[in-house]
Amino acid sequence: MKPPPFRYLCPDSLEEALAVLATHGDEAKVLAGGCSLVPMLNMRLARPEVLVDVNRIAGLADVHAANGAVSTGALLRQSAFERSPHLRGTLPLAAACTPYIGHFVTRNRGTVGGSLAHADARGELPLVLLTLGGSVLAQSQRGRRSIAAEDLFLYHFTSALEPDELLSEVRWPAAAPGWGYGFAEMAQRHGDYALAMAACALRRRDGAVAEVRLGLGAVADRPLLAGEAAGALVGQDLDGPAGDAAVTEAGRLAAAAAEPFEDLHASVAYRRHLVSLLSEQAIRQAWLDAHARAGEGGP
Amino acid sequence: MSDQREIAVTVNGRHYREVAPDRMLLSDFLRQRLGLTGTHVGCEHGVCGSCTVHLEGAAVRSCLLLAAQADGAEVRTVEDLASGDGLHPLQEAFREHFALQCGFCTPGILMAALDFLAHTPTPRRREIAEMLSGHLCRCTGYAPIIDAIAAAAGTASTEPA
Repeated sequence: MKPPPFRYLCPDSLEEALAVLATHGDEAKVLAGGCSLVPMLNMRLARPEVLVDVNRIAGLADVHAANGAVSTGALLRQSAFERSPHLRGTLPLAAACTPYIGHFVTRNRGTVGGSLAHADARGELPLVLLTLGGSVLAQSQRGRRSIAAEDLFLYHFTSALEPDELLSEVRWPAAAPGWGYGFAEMAQRHGDYALAMAACALRRRDGAVAEVRLGLGAVADRPLLAGEAAGALVGQDLDGPAGDAAVTEAGRLAAAAAEPFEDLHASVAYRRHLVSLLSEQAIRQAWLDAHARAGEGGP
Repeated sequence: MSDQREIAVTVNGRHYREVAPDRMLLSDFLRQRLGLTGTHVGCEHGVCGSCTVHLEGAAVRSCLLLAAQADGAEVRTVEDLASGDGLHPLQEAFREHFALQCGFCTPGILMAALDFLAHTPTPRRREIAEMLSGHLCRCTGYAPIIDAIAAAAGTASTEPA
């Protein structure tokens, strides 16, 4: 349970990090919070020749807000979503999922960019970024490009990042007037990997659902958007009896859209059952949250 | 194969300068190079919580950090809590409430709880339980640990057990 030998490089600047990745990309792994990579090293599941520690790069955890979006540096620690009043206010869905990410102590170290680049299909932050329709900035010596969340997560532990690219920044659509957010997860113990989770962002106008995005996590080899389920909610007043039927139908369609697998902990049927219940919970939360936020006069 | 470097680190207010292999974990560095064996090593993959220390004031898993990552940093370990023969108030609460038996998990829980209480000065029992989900204890059943942390926070009498 000790890491295998590697070459440890600790660049001070983004330019230096990109140069290292340009030279060693194929054999290198980027070390951010280490909450996933270091266990994989200790268990010898990963044996990179070069470890590129980005923790000493200045400015890589900065937060900026502009034009209805919040950009967070890749190195921002997950605990910032719980503790920063600014982030709680502008990114309520990220704040809502954060208590489910590992444990209090691991969130002190685990990073936002690391979670996304790791692309664990059971990760909370990948699901939230996808549900909000956010993107990441990937930089290399060849240039920089934006990758939409929908194109970032290919399959379990595999992102669209090229070996010489560093995920340097995350762009999140900020909470906007009329919108509400909900997050629901089931795990066997607090902090365990989820059996299933659902996230919902919903815009309420004139007492009905105007726009909605529903995301599902841990029930496929990547986070999924349940477009058909979301479609069943548009135009509905979720407070009335017809609303109940619409939410139930959305849960059913979400369960059908999931691609769960069976393992020791849960069957496919049980995971689908969880998807429908958690989707309903996330939708209900988002509906009520949109109402509550409207009452506050916007986010 | 095994590159080394000199690591300058301040642990519990004392400066150290030691050479260590790049692949050495901070937990092993503290125990083997600095002789600070209060920090315990259990699972070595971030699950059991017994190696929790403070890095720059924040509770972290020392088995998920390389010693090289602590170069230039300040680390605080369980050895820093008691002063002379006097226990830290949190340690005193653990003794008072029988919050340990074998004591293996205790250093990590103490260090995590200190950081937790700094951010959550009046925790609910449920919040303490959630915090403890990151720590494995096979002796106590956790209830006495929750009692001890609540007592240290001064919230013991505000909620039913």
